[in-house]
Amino acid sequence: MSTIAVEHDRTTSPVRATPRRIPMSRVVSVELQKMFDTRSGFWLMASIVITSLMATGAVILWAPDNELTYSTFAAAIGFPMAVILPMIAILSVTSEWSQRSGLTTFTLVPHRGRVIGAKLVCAVSVGVVSMFVAMAVGALGNLLGTAITGTPRVWDASVTDLAYIVLGNVLGLLVGFMLGVLARNSAGAIVAYFVYSLVLPPLAGLLAATQGWFRDLQPWVDFNYAQTALFNGAMTGTDWSHLAVAGALWLVAPLAVGLTLVMRSEVK
Amino acid sequence: MIKVETLTKKYGATTAVDDITFTARAGRVTGFLGPNGAGKSTTLRIMVSLTPPTSGSATINGQRFSDLPNPGVEVGVLLDASAQHAGRTGREILAIAQRTMGLPSRRVDEMLDRVGLTESESHRRVRNYSLGMRQRLGIGTALIGDPGVLILDEPANGLDPGGIRWMRDLLRDFADGGGTVLLSSHLLHEIEVVADDIVVIGNGRIVAQGTKAELLHTAGTLVRAADLDRLARVLAGSGISARPSGDGALRTDVDPDVVGTIAFEGGVALTELRNAEGAGLEEMFLELTADTQREGAAA
Repeated sequence: MSTIAVEHDRTTSPVRATPRRIPMSRVVSVELQKMFDTRSGFWLMASIVITSLMATGAVILWAPDNELTYSTFAAAIGFPMAVILPMIAILSVTSEWSQRSGLTTFTLVPHRGRVIGAKLVCAVSVGVVSMFVAMAVGALGNLLGTAITGTPRVWDASVTDLAYIVLGNVLGLLVGFMLGVLARNSAGAIVAYFVYSLVLPPLAGLLAATQGWFRDLQPWVDFNYAQTALFNGAMTGTDWSHLAVAGALWLVAPLAVGLTLVMRSEVK
Repeated sequence: MIKVETLTKKYGATTAVDDITFTARAGRVTGFLGPNGAGKSTTLRIMVSLTPPTSGSATINGQRFSDLPNPGVEVGVLLDASAQHAGRTGREILAIAQRTMGLPSRRVDEMLDRVGLTESESHRRVRNYSLGMRQRLGIGTALIGDPGVLILDEPANGLDPGGIRWMRDLLRDFADGGGTVLLSSHLLHEIEVVADDIVVIGNGRIVAQGTKAELLHTAGTLVRAADLDRLARVLAGSGISARPSGDGALRTDVDPDVVGTIAFEGGVALTELRNAEGAGLEEMFLELTADTQREGAAA
């Protein structure tokens, strides 16, 4: 059968007003909404507050009176945060692939860089706000705990200390984001995050304990190790260099690879 | 209007879409017909910038999809009704589309109404939707921006007969209002009842395209007789080639009156003689399908 070109009467669409480009602010606000509007998303966000309260309660109940200080509360709340924040970042990216909603997302905004950028803005904002919420809960816990036990209130964390802790948690969140972009699969990215945060540190510690050459190298190549100084509250110039080099290796480079893959890949 | 020009997509050594060119015109429903795995979905994904082509181009109203400033208000797209976050309600999914496009929020209710999802259904999570309800929701997402172009991949899948009729009327009205509709299907009948133009694709290549009338009328004559062998001999004696078509019938490319005259002169009693409308397209389509007939191969 031959190919036939046929002309028809109506070959033009009705005249329409030229649409305006979707502003970035709108992409960000829609992505923020998407982090909260699913049941799993809602409970993930709620778990930030819930686990903060639980950690605070645990400190009041079980911490020795002389350790009932603000830094104890901050440290206790820090543990669940270090797990939940990266999960939020991972799922914000991977659900587009695992749930296949990306088919619609990337059709409504056919610029993946804008969507991924918006997700990054949302994840970091949620992370920072969560940290402030957690710190406020910790402060309330300190007020309440010392009132109950009648011990003196100790505010032994400076603004700089808290800023370091926020930075440390945001870096953890960014590692989660990077793994999400790289894996584009919820289960894969979550497993990868736990391998990175729970399995690698003891292995690196073992290597450093037994191999002299690695002991000197570790702060430069072990991102987990390089971040410990942040949580100890004292960052020297060398510590910052360690953080920058290890961060380039474990965060910036793989993120660049992941973003390139996202731009090129097919969305199915 | 959608224009696809010399579009090719290769995956390694496999060519999924092989140098295809066609146009879907405004005011018409264009059916994109082909068996499973023919390259329909890949072509549609390339059109909406989800898959990068190896070469060639696809434009919508003269622009590449990714150059459209706010694609949702110009092109309604439904590629896979199941590709939705299962944890969102139907209403939330429409609201995301509405907010992304910058539309007033009343559009969500208007769309629910238009695609026939009730208030209580709209508050259910999509995980609890039937495929038919997902198709309706997908159509709602495609229509919410009031676009001039619709691109739909197998939209009738999972719809009940009433739903299929509803979909058909909706597409007809959309095209009659000046819109461009491109819909894919692996079912000939589905395309036949709604499309004005048909593009047939098989193994990544376009094997036929034209208006429905042209494709259905180029099929010659279908003729039946009790003594089919004798009929074949008589026709062959007059230099007319005929081949078997379906059960107990022959098909030729000459007109019915010629076949009737020859059969009368040859003394063969005919049981049926008619214009083989659609038979050509159907045979061609069956031939295409036979190559990729997985069910047949597995049995």
